[in-house]
Amino acid sequence: MTLEEIKNVIIEIIQDIDEDADLSSLNPKEALRDQLDLDSMDFLDIVMELRKRYKIQIPEADYPELASLDSCVNYLGPRLQSS
Amino acid sequence: MTESPEKQRIVITGVGLASPNADNLIEFRQKVIDGQSGISEIDLRYVGRVPAGICSFAETKYRKKKENKRGTRAGCLGVYVAHEAINDAQIDFTEYDPNKTGVYIGLTEHGTVETENEIYNISQFDYNTDYWTHHHNPRTVLNNPAGEITMSLGITGPHYSIGGACAAGNAALIQGAQMLQLGDVDLALAGGISESTGSFGIFASFKAQNALAAHDDPAKACRPFDMNRNGIVVSEGACLYTLERLDDALKRGARIYGEIVGYAMNSDARDFVLPYGKRQAECMIKALDRAGLKPEDIDIVNTHATGTKQGDIEECSAVREVFANSSSTYINNTKCIIGHAMGAAGVLELAGNLQAFEDNIVHPTTNLENLDPMCNLPNLVQNEAKKIKNVRTILNNSFGMVGINSVVIIKKYE
Repeated sequence: MTLEEIKNVIIEIIQDIDEDADLSSLNPKEALRDQLDLDSMDFLDIVMELRKRYKIQIPEADYPELASLDSCVNYLGPRLQSS
Repeated sequence: MTESPEKQRIVITGVGLASPNADNLIEFRQKVIDGQSGISEIDLRYVGRVPAGICSFAETKYRKKKENKRGTRAGCLGVYVAHEAINDAQIDFTEYDPNKTGVYIGLTEHGTVETENEIYNISQFDYNTDYWTHHHNPRTVLNNPAGEITMSLGITGPHYSIGGACAAGNAALIQGAQMLQLGDVDLALAGGISESTGSFGIFASFKAQNALAAHDDPAKACRPFDMNRNGIVVSEGACLYTLERLDDALKRGARIYGEIVGYAMNSDARDFVLPYGKRQAECMIKALDRAGLKPEDIDIVNTHATGTKQGDIEECSAVREVFANSSSTYINNTKCIIGHAMGAAGVLELAGNLQAFEDNIVHPTTNLENLDPMCNLPNLVQNEAKKIKNVRTILNNSFGMVGINSVVIIKKYE
């Protein structure tokens, strides 16, 4: 997967969690939680969806890596290369 | 009858509901008078096509789609009817402290739908529980629907569920009245909710018991007291009432739908599924005694009958025993129109009759083509609504599995 594709997957997952969220003007460097109505249960939804789609296990210690769109892409990039 | 002091008298001041045929009281009343069914056919996982009652209401009127997705169907129904009841009562929480408001929700069961869905989900992943959702526990705790209501309305007083099989709605109404009488709360949101149509297990279990209704026309599937009745039509639904002490309601000039003057609950102590008319009669008599009323003082008896062979006969024997000498008491049934809304059944059926205090109409028992002689009660209102002189009291029956009986008596406030 390209980094752009990974970014789109994350956006798609968030959109599925909150269909009403406006994701068009997301700042990729800023924390997702500061820009969207997301809480810890929503982050677990993102982790679960990635597990379902790509069989990827994200340990709890790595959750901070999913803070922003950019950090998600950087963290997932090497892990999803073969996908 | 000696009237209780106003602080001990409990009145209904608001109604919110979602029924398979309506999403508000006025529409619901008209539909039950017209006998307009809310039953259709659904295609259920593993079970196939079955008659059922599904509610159509504005699911995102009071909370976001995201919250509906996170919560349960019972929570979604509950949040809608809770807001509707509060709005109907014109309560804005300036007159009542949210900390002194209680939410009491009657449930037949809860968590069955969510558990079945989750097992289906992990079946797609070779039953690997790593794919089991983190939402499972908050969705399936028994207080879930009540808790979702408190979150949506900012109510910080007590909330919990009353598990009472299909007597649960009435049981919660009784609980709300008692908590007001105790002074534990100043405002109660009480009633019942059912999301049971989402569970294949509930349908399959009734079927295995030979108690699941079937008919080519789903609107005719639920036919209590008819010779050809063949079981229950499962429906989803919800109905909540705002309850207040009479003095508080009068102080704020609230509209009063009726007063809870009597109630009773008891147990058959006998069988897992079979109802028992003798105990049902005792329960009705207990409620009448508490209300200080005689059987002939009751204008409408709204029966629980679900459309099973034995259940209907047992209740008819109980009604016959209690009301044998009461020629002015009329009998009806609401399930033939909306199906069996399980935990919501008692309160929803009461709501269908409540406005008889205004229009003096007894709504009909529909789908009666061939009345079972064992169910031929005097004054059973059959197929057509009946206008009577004056409706001042309604007795509502609601019974459930494992031998639980509940009766609530509502009196017109004059």
